[in-house]
Amino acid sequence: MMSVETEIRFSLNGRPVSLKVPATMKTLAMLRDRLGMTGTKYACGEGECGACTIEIDGKTVNSCLMYAVDCDGREVVTIEGLRTPEGLHPVQQAFVDHGAVQCGFCMPGMIMQSRNLLANNPELTREQAQRGLEGNLCRCTGYTKVLDAVDAVAATNTCGGRANP
Amino acid sequence: MSETIEAITTYLAPRRLDEALQAMADGEATVLCGGTDLAPQTESGARQYKARLLNINRVEGLGGIAADGGEIRIGATTTVAEIRRSAALAKIAPVLVEAAEHFASEQIRNAASLGGNLCNASPAGDMSPPLLVLGAAVELACWRDGAAHTRRVPLEQFFVGPGKTVKLAQELLTAVVFARPAPGFVARFRKSGPRPALEISTVSVALGARVADGRLGDVRVAMGSVAPTPLRARHVEAALEGRPLDAATVAAAVAAAAEDAKPIDDVRASAWYRSHLVKVFVEEVLDDVRGN
Repeated sequence: MMSVETEIRFSLNGRPVSLKVPATMKTLAMLRDRLGMTGTKYACGEGECGACTIEIDGKTVNSCLMYAVDCDGREVVTIEGLRTPEGLHPVQQAFVDHGAVQCGFCMPGMIMQSRNLLANNPELTREQAQRGLEGNLCRCTGYTKVLDAVDAVAATNTCGGRANP
Repeated sequence: MSETIEAITTYLAPRRLDEALQAMADGEATVLCGGTDLAPQTESGARQYKARLLNINRVEGLGGIAADGGEIRIGATTTVAEIRRSAALAKIAPVLVEAAEHFASEQIRNAASLGGNLCNASPAGDMSPPLLVLGAAVELACWRDGAAHTRRVPLEQFFVGPGKTVKLAQELLTAVVFARPAPGFVARFRKSGPRPALEISTVSVALGARVADGRLGDVRVAMGSVAPTPLRARHVEAALEGRPLDAATVAAAVAAAAEDAKPIDDVRASAWYRSHLVKVFVEEVLDDVRGN
């Protein structure tokens, strides 16, 4: 039996969105299957790996655990929202420059979480980055280069306060 | 992503507490807050939805930390991240902030609520031992005879078994309260797992007590993952209460831990290992307090 559908409205990467979602649908499924935003990845589906990390009202969450109905009236930012008219976001560029990307599947989540950490703490230390990224797993085990990339952004202080201007 | 078979006929996200309580009055509502336990439990089939899904995130007055008076009050929808960042709690009850600091991951902390963590009633729930040593109680509200009624249950009487509490299906956990700790109160928390983050604790131990003239008074000791519920370690408490905090007292408390901890073998650890670890943690928290 399908569960009841509810109309929700929210801001997705700065643009207003409205759609009907089943009460039990998770935000990740809504983003990927209903809105075509496939940058956010489905991996473990139970909040262990962080591949599905998005920002909601300025805080990072696992979108696989978040009920889509709870997006109603809120501001959602996904990896697609980081790109600026000039190109990649400084955090994305740093990941490229430092070779932090291996298979790439964990990258949208890693970058969303890293950007949020840097925006909230421009002087983020390596240890703080390690703690802040505890909820993001990379099965290629490329953590060192991820941390190098985050360090580089922290050193140049190029990460703005909000994901979306 | 598996779509579980469900029969949710109504979704509600009320702004007022009385609306939320009325929506639960027949006991046929599933409460949604952070979703960090509800989502995986329903996806795996471990838990079934009821006919009504009640999102309490927008209920006014259910969130936030009130720490000005003699009683500290943490609203049910307060996230673990908010507890971690609370400057007031860092002063009043640092043991709670420390437990929040080592809770899951940042993404989970940003969503998971204190009320949800307690209602989930995991024997390994990380917020329970620190709240037990703070002498916390939970407030349970329900709608009856046209009005809201609230009862208070001491946290140590709240848990019944894994996933089970004394909360009725008609009741909503609205807040956690505890008396402002007296001057001289100290508390410690230890938990263990194979990695620091996102770990279901193998064993956890919390200690809270008033320290005066080298003796412990009003001692509370709590343990997680050593029984079907988080529990007060009465034998350890008795071994400590009013005694000088010396090596003999510590040894007696460590020995008494075996009377309180009744762990099982499971995928995370053997009963033998847990029995050993709980003694180590009791000794560590006491040595830590002695060092002060």
